[in-house]
Amino acid sequence: MRDASGGVQNIVVFGGTSEIAVATLAHLITPSTTTVVLACRDVAAGQAAAESLDVADTVEVVVEHWDATAHDSHQGVVDAIVARVGDIDIVIMAAGVLGNQDTLEADPASAVSMIDANITGPVVTLLACARQMRAQGHGHLVVLSSVAGVRVRRAAAVYGATKSALDQFALALADGLSTDGVDVTVVRPGFVHGRMTAGLPPAPFATTPDAVGAATAAAVRRGRRVVWVPSALRAVFAVLSLLPRPLFRAIVDR
Amino acid sequence: MSVVSTHRVSGWGNTTPVRARLVDDAELDLSSLGLRGAIPRGLGRAYGDAAQNSGGTVVRATGETIDLDAATGLVRVSAAVSIDELLCHVIPVGWFVPVSAGTRFVTIGGAIAADIHGKNHHRDGSFGDWVRSVRMLLASGDDVVVTPQSDPELFAATCGGMGLTGLIREATVQLIPVSSSQMVVSTRRCNDLDAVMSTMVDAEDTNRYTVAWVDATVRGASCGRGIVTFGDHADEASGADPAAYRPRSPVRIPGPAVPLVNSVTGRMFSEMWYRRAPRSRDGETMSISGYFHPLDGVDRWNRVWGRRGFVQHQFVVPLDADDVVRDALATVAASRPANFLNVLKRFGPGSDRPLSFPMPGWTLTMDLPATAEVASMLRRLDERVLAAGGRHYLAKDALVPPAAVSAGYPDLERFRSVRDRVDPNRVWCSDLSRRLGL
Repeated sequence: MRDASGGVQNIVVFGGTSEIAVATLAHLITPSTTTVVLACRDVAAGQAAAESLDVADTVEVVVEHWDATAHDSHQGVVDAIVARVGDIDIVIMAAGVLGNQDTLEADPASAVSMIDANITGPVVTLLACARQMRAQGHGHLVVLSSVAGVRVRRAAAVYGATKSALDQFALALADGLSTDGVDVTVVRPGFVHGRMTAGLPPAPFATTPDAVGAATAAAVRRGRRVVWVPSALRAVFAVLSLLPRPLFRAIVDR
Repeated sequence: MSVVSTHRVSGWGNTTPVRARLVDDAELDLSSLGLRGAIPRGLGRAYGDAAQNSGGTVVRATGETIDLDAATGLVRVSAAVSIDELLCHVIPVGWFVPVSAGTRFVTIGGAIAADIHGKNHHRDGSFGDWVRSVRMLLASGDDVVVTPQSDPELFAATCGGMGLTGLIREATVQLIPVSSSQMVVSTRRCNDLDAVMSTMVDAEDTNRYTVAWVDATVRGASCGRGIVTFGDHADEASGADPAAYRPRSPVRIPGPAVPLVNSVTGRMFSEMWYRRAPRSRDGETMSISGYFHPLDGVDRWNRVWGRRGFVQHQFVVPLDADDVVRDALATVAASRPANFLNVLKRFGPGSDRPLSFPMPGWTLTMDLPATAEVASMLRRLDERVLAAGGRHYLAKDALVPPAAVSAGYPDLERFRSVRDRVDPNRVWCSDLSRRLGL
């Protein structure tokens, strides 16, 4: 359950090894928190992420196996988590892979696993979580989107398209859940320094996992539907979205 | 998609709204509740999450019975009847409720479930001490009359049991006689907490009611300065109709909620409130509503805290731990949150009811904004409260962790064993019971 100050008892992360998710947890965990579930494909990496969390002895950190591409198992994983922890107060959907557009273009079939991990799996799991939260009468879904999905550029066509789909899905899901006591927050970070982007040249307005985590936790407390990190990107993309395509291409695909 | 329509339900503090199904108690079907159970709700004056049940059912009390034996003052009353309605009925014939909370808009069912206390606790105990029998619906579907003799454990668990033992339908309550609807009140303005406390202790011997407002917006030696009021029912009332009881209809705070309380207005109000009180005054005549229920003059006064809501944090510590009260006020004064309403009261003997809040000691109530900063301040404070052997009032709470209840209520297991007996499947449950693992 949530307490009066917005502190929550149970938090579940899908894509539990995500740096952004782990950073967000650091800002969401309060003395009210009793259980954190890290659901991820690589359980060993999940254990390492669990150990990296600086939490009090009173918080139990559980690692669950969850494979974004194994859709048939998702309902079962959600049910197992509920059986173990009770009500889920917050779900963070942080699964996703960046991929490399050139590699995908050279081997088109390889796009399937990326699309599964970025959109098919998250949608199936979010639907299962939404059903649980609707039954609970409360809950908060946090969906990690990206500015890459706001206006998709050539250099990240598949990744951007999956994030665009997830972003739109989450917003529409939110509309259906608002009368069920369930909140949704869509997080749109810009370029985030970290494992996922190691070796890539940083884009303007680059940020860090911790900054994304802090902004996400603040948005969750305030019940905000969309959060941009850094917040200036909201204005930047308001302009970029309106540009004629040739001009947009000239600016972002240099 | 579910076809059952749900409603937004929250406590008076407006901090943790959830969705739940609302049904009247007459239409309640225990067999159709599902896994998330049901919790009774009266007028929704519990500040936290005691009278809400996310994803489940919230049962609204109905019923209008007020059957008074004017000779003995024993009244058989529906759980849904409010103290306000009861007073309108019984004051003109010379009776008064034995225990009054700070609002008259609580139901009899809620008064029993929270085992409410009033300014007269040092002398008269809490509401449960005056309840002679309770008729309630158990999880089994049985409608039973429970008295302290017929089932002492169930009775004790129900008074203070936060609605978790069953749906109270009706109760028999012993009223106290009064000869007028007026109060004779004395006021003392005290310039520090020591003076407030000693004034209260002195006043208790000769006065039925004592309470103090204390100031947590000034730092240093003046922190905890306050206004002590004490008094009793007037024997001979002035005016044409000594038993007249017509509380004015409240002024409503218009919606949507606008936060009017902040650290500046709170400090200004506190300063004004302190200065306008007389240094010492005796024999002032006040109406019952003016004395007991000043906040009821404003309908939905909780809206002054805005959309984010507020917590009314109330704890009690043993008499020898009055330094915890001092520290609490100093902590609030130091961190300057929005605050103006802090109430101090000394409790008399406690009861053997496992979840009943009052125990001998000092109880402090503080209204504060529901922010993360306030929450972490209160958590540090709560550790001191528990270390001193104190506890928190569940009817106000939406903040303490489960460990605070097991530490503060040593008889929690007794409560659980009653529930194991009368409600093994936990048909009766609330967000409070879920959050605290009651």
